[in-house]
Amino acid sequence: MEKFQTLYSSAVPLPLENIDTDQIIPARFLKATTREGFGENLFCDWRRNPDGTPKPEFVLNNPTYSGQILLAGKNFGCGSSREHAAWALYDAGFRVVISSYFADIFRGNALNTGLLPLQVTDAELSQLFAWVEADANTQFVVNLPEQTLHVPAHDATIRFDIDAYKKECLINGYDDIDFLVSQKPAIEAYEQNRTWSW
Amino acid sequence: MAKSLFDKIWDAHVVQPAPGGLDIMYIDRHLIHEVTSPQAFDELEARDLPLYRPNRILATADHNVPTRNQHLPIEEPLSRSQVDKLTANCEKYGVELYGLGHARQGIVHVIGPELGLTLPGTTIVCGDSHTSTHGAFGAVAFGIGTSQVAQVMATQCLLLSRPKRMRISVDGELRPGVTAKDLILYVISQLGTGGATGYFVEYAGSAVRSLSMEGRMTVCNMSIEMGARGGLIAPDETTFAYVKGRPYAPKEAAWDQAVAYWQTLYSDDDTVFDAEHRFAAEAITPMITYGTNPGMGIALNGHIPSEVPASEAESFDKSLQYMGFQRGESLLGKEINYVFIGSCTNSRIEDLRAVAAYVQGKQKAGHVEAIIVPGSKQVEQQAIAEGLDRILAEAGFELREPGCSACLAMNEDKIPAGAYCVATSNRNFEGRQGPGSRTLLASPLVAAITAVQGRIVDITQYLN
Repeated sequence: MEKFQTLYSSAVPLPLENIDTDQIIPARFLKATTREGFGENLFCDWRRNPDGTPKPEFVLNNPTYSGQILLAGKNFGCGSSREHAAWALYDAGFRVVISSYFADIFRGNALNTGLLPLQVTDAELSQLFAWVEADANTQFVVNLPEQTLHVPAHDATIRFDIDAYKKECLINGYDDIDFLVSQKPAIEAYEQNRTWSW
Repeated sequence: MAKSLFDKIWDAHVVQPAPGGLDIMYIDRHLIHEVTSPQAFDELEARDLPLYRPNRILATADHNVPTRNQHLPIEEPLSRSQVDKLTANCEKYGVELYGLGHARQGIVHVIGPELGLTLPGTTIVCGDSHTSTHGAFGAVAFGIGTSQVAQVMATQCLLLSRPKRMRISVDGELRPGVTAKDLILYVISQLGTGGATGYFVEYAGSAVRSLSMEGRMTVCNMSIEMGARGGLIAPDETTFAYVKGRPYAPKEAAWDQAVAYWQTLYSDDDTVFDAEHRFAAEAITPMITYGTNPGMGIALNGHIPSEVPASEAESFDKSLQYMGFQRGESLLGKEINYVFIGSCTNSRIEDLRAVAAYVQGKQKAGHVEAIIVPGSKQVEQQAIAEGLDRILAEAGFELREPGCSACLAMNEDKIPAGAYCVATSNRNFEGRQGPGSRTLLASPLVAAITAVQGRIVDITQYLN
């Protein structure tokens, strides 16, 4: 996993609520057996017509908006557990998703992919949408060690929460598997000492 | 101190606490399928790690398989390659595979309970959000991502933070024609599609207690559709009777010991939950969804809401536009093109029996295509043994071979763009059943009646 520390970027706004992982990456694209290449089909059915031509009204097809931050409505990533959704966002160049809350499985998958799910309040999210709508080039500074989202043009700083362990993992590019493998003696001891096991 | 059912099981599986308030949790059963496992096997290989406990893993091919001619090679090359990859990985790592052609192949959440692998008090994970189904047995069961699939393969453990606990109690008696599916669609419509995010839900109350195991599985299955990490129901005599004698269930003295332990698995009387919701069973009517998330459900004879909060208006109207419906409208009388009876939510023998009992001696409407996809080979064989296949065929319903099928349309079972499908599955997301498809979620009984009538009706007037 790549390290994440500080990101300077503009944002792509997608002000819809309850965006499910079937929209992020439709099931018919889950037939690949590697992690790469899913970005090509990110939001496929919102992005393209059935004949493959782009839908100009969709924000990812609008040249006004660009950046490595996706700004999305609440309950982002609900539905299917497919980690392919986080892989698709990452593969398409996103490194941060900002929303006022995330579905649990998506949040975990994003953190395991090196994609930061940055949770703000509903009011803060509305403000961020308004700023991006007023100026598509609004710059954001995501500082993970400090746990801050800074908007220089408005001299605003939002502090965000993140699990202390997952924060260290992202900053250092570690993942849970390294940690868990290092705990094998404790796991074996647990298996030996269980009173109940089928 | 009083403990919830959930906490009793969680605490019994903590290997040890980890930094940052997390727990290293031991996983008893790991279910895998062809779609979310290949990258996890690759991860093991890339890190040169062995599969730690192959005997705790069960594999099946379900998401991507055709539901016709399963004895022939899979035609679609990408699906075939994914299923072949699962077979190769299982051979290489010594994992038991219930693949195509196996007498017990089926949807992962149908075969686990059938085999007796799903047991009270266990922790069960799978790279699939509907793993919550197994909570019906009083297990802590939940869906995980592929990185976590690799973690369980490597260590049989996950690093987790303990979710908050919610109890949803439904007391009273369900009215005629109201099923477990209506109960859970009603609860989700009340709490919303994100209403239980961050929580693990315990379902309780007399209406839940009176459900069969099939009904309980339907309820727990859809926990994720309100954002819950999982859902579970305290095991009781109904649970024990279902589990007893199944291939992997404990036998003889071990059975008695198991039941003695399982009888301790309930929430203590004075348990305090982080959130509590209570509903009256009598308030629940047959349900249907009208929008593009499972929280957008109404009584069959109700109306689509006219008013929604301003912050939700854009998403709400986008959803109605996709479905071709208007605010304030009734769905009664709307013509339907497809009926899909299947998925890990409603594809068990009880579901097929309910459909057959209604359609016996009737005919589906001429313009409706009605597909029934059993949850497993066992369900299919049982249906044939009971003569349900003949009843269904005579009524114009096509009984297919097992798989996830048109629930997520990874195989060729797709609903065409613009067509309406009443489905017994779990998700009505845009394009879920194929690009442009329009899904209305309902119970098997509502689906059967809709297929015969060819349009949405108030089923209470059509009950046998």
